Amino acid sequence: MKNVTIDVKHITRVEGHGNISVNVENGEITKLQLAIVESPRYFESFLRGRDYREAPHITCRICGICSVGHTTSSVKAIEAACGIEVTEQTVSLRKLIFYGEQLQSHVLHLYFLAVPDYLGVGSVIPLASTHPDVVKRALRMKRLANDVCAVVGGRHIHPIAVHVGGFTHIPKEEELLDLKRRLEAARADLAETASLYAQLKLPGLHRDTEYVSLKVTDNGEYAFYDGDIVSTLDPKPTKVKDYRKRVIESVVEHSAAKHCVSPNAPTYAVGALARFNNNHEQLHPAARGVAKELGLTAPCDNPFHNNTAQLVECVHCVEASIELIDTLLTRGLTVEAIVPPTRFGTGAGASEVPRGVLFHEYSLDEAGKIENANLVIPTGQNLANIEADLRAMVPPLLDSDMSTQEMTLQLEMLVRAYDPCISCATHFLDVEWVS
Amino acid sequence: MKPKVAIFSLTSCEGCSLAILELEDRLLDILGAVEIVNFREGMTPRSWDIDLGFVDGAVSTPEDEKELLTIREHCKVLVAIGACACLGGINTLKNPQGKDSYAPYVYGDQAKWFPTTDAKPISAVVDVDYQLPGCPMVKEEFLRFVQCILAGRTFRLPETAVCVECKKNGNLCLYEKGVVCLGPITRAGCEAICPTYGSKCEACRGIVSEDALKAANINLQEQYDVSLEDVLADLRLFGAHQDTTLP
Repeated sequence: MKNVTIDVKHITRVEGHGNISVNVENGEITKLQLAIVESPRYFESFLRGRDYREAPHITCRICGICSVGHTTSSVKAIEAACGIEVTEQTVSLRKLIFYGEQLQSHVLHLYFLAVPDYLGVGSVIPLASTHPDVVKRALRMKRLANDVCAVVGGRHIHPIAVHVGGFTHIPKEEELLDLKRRLEAARADLAETASLYAQLKLPGLHRDTEYVSLKVTDNGEYAFYDGDIVSTLDPKPTKVKDYRKRVIESVVEHSAAKHCVSPNAPTYAVGALARFNNNHEQLHPAARGVAKELGLTAPCDNPFHNNTAQLVECVHCVEASIELIDTLLTRGLTVEAIVPPTRFGTGAGASEVPRGVLFHEYSLDEAGKIENANLVIPTGQNLANIEADLRAMVPPLLDSDMSTQEMTLQLEMLVRAYDPCISCATHFLDVEWVS
Repeated sequence: MKPKVAIFSLTSCEGCSLAILELEDRLLDILGAVEIVNFREGMTPRSWDIDLGFVDGAVSTPEDEKELLTIREHCKVLVAIGACACLGGINTLKNPQGKDSYAPYVYGDQAKWFPTTDAKPISAVVDVDYQLPGCPMVKEEFLRFVQCILAGRTFRLPETAVCVECKKNGNLCLYEKGVVCLGPITRAGCEAICPTYGSKCEACRGIVSEDALKAANINLQEQYDVSLEDVLADLRLFGAHQDTTLP
């Protein structure tokens, strides 16, 4: 019987640093952990006592890669706590910057993180000389996505103009027209990306689990900016303000990121694949076409297909952005005043950020200062599910004739398929073997 | 020989490392001129023979401190990038609350499992050769810095306040709208991007000079009746007040 020890130190996280440890003695798994050793951040603590208007500008600093996502969940939660209804133009601009970030994050993950594994290189850097077209295409799409964010919010990392109650800056018509032209040109880049992906051999893993996401129940829109909570095991929608009925957080010793369980299953998954499973019918027809082309059908329980679902969402975001720009230009953009609070109370807000549903909840005192804050991060929700997947994946690997090195790569690729928060999740380092 | 470059992250959102990736096509030019030997966000190989090391993030755990000492030992030139590395950044918001308060608030009785210290800039632990401040750092400034180093030219941060760039952009002064803005005391170099997009400056690039601080303290009180307390509250956001004492 096999004895195997795998120690991958500093995977990169979930906002930073994570390790995989696997111990197999006589063919039995005696230890399996995805340990999150990232420095604890304490954002919930340092929000206490701050003015309600600062919440989005503080919480976007949780993550450089999904700072628009944090900003979005944050303004929505604060607005719920303050009884603020924002204008139609504000909602449209928020969706546009949101699609920009979604595209930026997915392209970064697909090209900089996932593709090198499948092309057998250690990073995107050697690809710059061996596959210059691929790298240039990735950078072109990333730059477009960043420019969408910059035109709407001033910049992608820590957007400026997005505030509780509205925007402090609105884009110029010619800026939106330029983005539209480039978004239309990006269709060709996405088609090339789909052709590249069609050639990659995704590993297979199938395990019963629950897929949780938001769902828009009233107007048929694919859920990114808004929606109620649904899942593959419980499709009856739950309002975001009741999120604690669907998400139970707990602290575990090997993880500075909290784990989450649902009332329906011991672990659950969030992210692009969860959204696809729950909302595929609401995707833009072009995105559904790419899903079909790549063999992605709902319900899909192979976590490696999260990559595919991200690519499908890229197509959706490009089409949805073009439609939004058309709507904004037809209506005409006007400078609007920030909508003020009508009360100070408690409120929750959620959005479907690149890695899954992100909840923010705040309670405010009578002066509008934050008394309490709770933030539920997508990667935290996925951690227990990733561990369960790893556990399911190890036995068939042991039965195969793979070397320990090959097995390690398979496990890393699984973790990476979940795109655990951050640019840094790109590549694992320091694979240590103990015999 | 191309200079060997490394990029490290301590406690941070890693937005400053990401900003390097967001140089997009200009990134390819940099990759042609240097050899990246250690960049956790982007690659597998690792080497500790480093000419130029960049660090984002604050020091906020015993592990951070250990890692930073190792980094300093192996980098000929060490550069702090972003508000967290330069000032402690947003992480310093927890410091005044005390560990007995902020740690259990998040982790409850299990707080003891996660060792933590007050957040501080990396200069509090090791000698730092250059600082590229901002939250996030300014991509163009990073590029200018790399060009200076490669060409053997001296690199200097701007010594003027954000107001200078804000005026150049033709913005209406936010104080005229009754908004407390930290532009008058904050180091320029960001093209006054926040006021240009309608938001107040929050001093993420740190205080430009003692003189600017003294002058602003008097002027803001006299012209706009802005109290020192209001200014201080905003200075705490990115840890800028730790660098200096207000007059």
